[in-house]
Amino acid sequence: MSAGAVAGAIAGATAGAAAAAAGARVKAEATTAKREAVLRVYRGDASGGQEVEYQVPVETGMVVLDAIHWIQAHQAPDLAVRWNCKAAKCGSCSAEVNGKPALMCKSRMERFAPGEPIVVRPMKTFPIIRDLVTDVSWNFEVNQRIPPFQPRAGAEWKWQQHDVDRAQEFRKCIECFLCQDVCHVLRSHELKHQFAGPRFLVRIAGLEMHPIDGVDRTPFLKDSAGIGFCNITKCCTEVCPEDIHITDNAIIPLKERVVDRFYDPVQMVWRAITGK
Amino acid sequence: MSPEPQRKLSSSAGVAPAAAPSYRPATCTPPGAWRGAGYGQPFGATERTDTWWLMPLAQALGLGLLGLYATWAAFQGAHYEFGNYLSPFYSPLLKPAWWPISPAFLILWIPAGFRGTCYYYRKAYYRAFFADPSACAVGEPRKGYRGEVGFPWAIQNLHRYFMYFASILLVFLWWDVIRAFIFTDPDGSHYLAIGGGTLAILASNALLTMYSLSCHSLRHLVGGKLDCFSCAVAGGPRHGAWSRLSALNAHHMGYAWWSLFAVCFADFYVRMCSMGVFHDPMFVTFRHLFDYAPKISHFLL
Repeated sequence: MSAGAVAGAIAGATAGAAAAAAGARVKAEATTAKREAVLRVYRGDASGGQEVEYQVPVETGMVVLDAIHWIQAHQAPDLAVRWNCKAAKCGSCSAEVNGKPALMCKSRMERFAPGEPIVVRPMKTFPIIRDLVTDVSWNFEVNQRIPPFQPRAGAEWKWQQHDVDRAQEFRKCIECFLCQDVCHVLRSHELKHQFAGPRFLVRIAGLEMHPIDGVDRTPFLKDSAGIGFCNITKCCTEVCPEDIHITDNAIIPLKERVVDRFYDPVQMVWRAITGK
Repeated sequence: MSPEPQRKLSSSAGVAPAAAPSYRPATCTPPGAWRGAGYGQPFGATERTDTWWLMPLAQALGLGLLGLYATWAAFQGAHYEFGNYLSPFYSPLLKPAWWPISPAFLILWIPAGFRGTCYYYRKAYYRAFFADPSACAVGEPRKGYRGEVGFPWAIQNLHRYFMYFASILLVFLWWDVIRAFIFTDPDGSHYLAIGGGTLAILASNALLTMYSLSCHSLRHLVGGKLDCFSCAVAGGPRHGAWSRLSALNAHHMGYAWWSLFAVCFADFYVRMCSMGVFHDPMFVTFRHLFDYAPKISHFLL
């Protein structure tokens, strides 16, 4: 095949692909242009509330947060919602969409079947302020109590990439608190006075696995952060919008470190003999 | 760009505390001060519209049926051998005179403990049998909850010891795999072959090995406990081993289920052959291999 023929074929294929894409776009717009979604949004505050139904026109590429904004703009300007980036990076628009903790800006409207009501409620683990906004400040109080990073005496500020790979996964956390919301220890059993929750176990894991950190947080993990309350049901991992393997890579390794210190009889005897 | 001055002063930038600090509680509020709407929801209450109940139901059925079969098979105390095949439930075969019941119970506490304290199975049975929770964001049947803090669930912390014992068992199980390849003629001569039971026992042990290698505790002991691989003795090999075990660990759930199915099937196959229900097919036979090395077969058998 000559160069000209190749170029022609490529141009033809490109034009064909563009036409197909345009056709698909027109088709998608035609199917969604007149479509309306039914949103049932929780309206209320600490004294009580109820779900209110709204009809929202659906456009291509729309997410639940767009629908909430449409409701704010056209039907309920007093609807309270916390949001910021609309790009799944600020962690502000956490809510429960059809009962599942999720970022509203990552919940695409196409995911729901036509006519399927979309129920949007505030996170159930934290006290409600109004509508979709909850008071998550408990998390910031817990965060302040975690022993911060402190380098080992004489540590050199230089390390290998493979030494920090693990901790870098934990730095992806956007603090949306969806993991805290879905954790049944905090949500159903209300053990906020005993258990720090998956978000902060992730933070502690990032500190504990840092190659030059010198603080020993193992007693803190057991006695104060309450890691023993976690029964590894992995809901935190399921809802994490950053795809952090919270249970496998943070909580279980920390549990194993607690076992090293407090439950492994051989290691306890070894430490008693060697003094290490 | 030059680094910030204080970041160069590594030795004086910070000093680890000399004594263990007295920690404040992680949380600072009285019980119930931050209560949300999820507290006290009745069992099964949720706004989820998907089939959230399907997975715990399937897990309960799978674990229940396979657990019942394993218990039944262990209590039988018979039909666990067929020729050169030995059921994995009874391996290594120990039959002391003083032991009054099935020899399986001398062995099965190890795999039962290994699986019972396994981080994956914990998730599965806490969800399936204890509804703690049955699915994410679904109401629970009980208000009281202690997690794995006190007795008996604190025993889960001994998972690594069951892993040690299970690793020893694996050696015996691989020995059984080798024996499953060596058949005996009526005249007493041995030959190498691959029968249906050989494949069943081989698959069972291969999957058990993968399940053991993908164990979270093993991953921790091999290298996960280190904060700095490049600072540790043999840090490079340990990082390599830890990375490979971490890759296997991502499939721990799959290995847990497949190995459970496979080990039950291997016992079932041997049992059916021993009872005369199955005829063991012979796929490949190497008749004269041991003619040149008769001592090998003698040693193995």
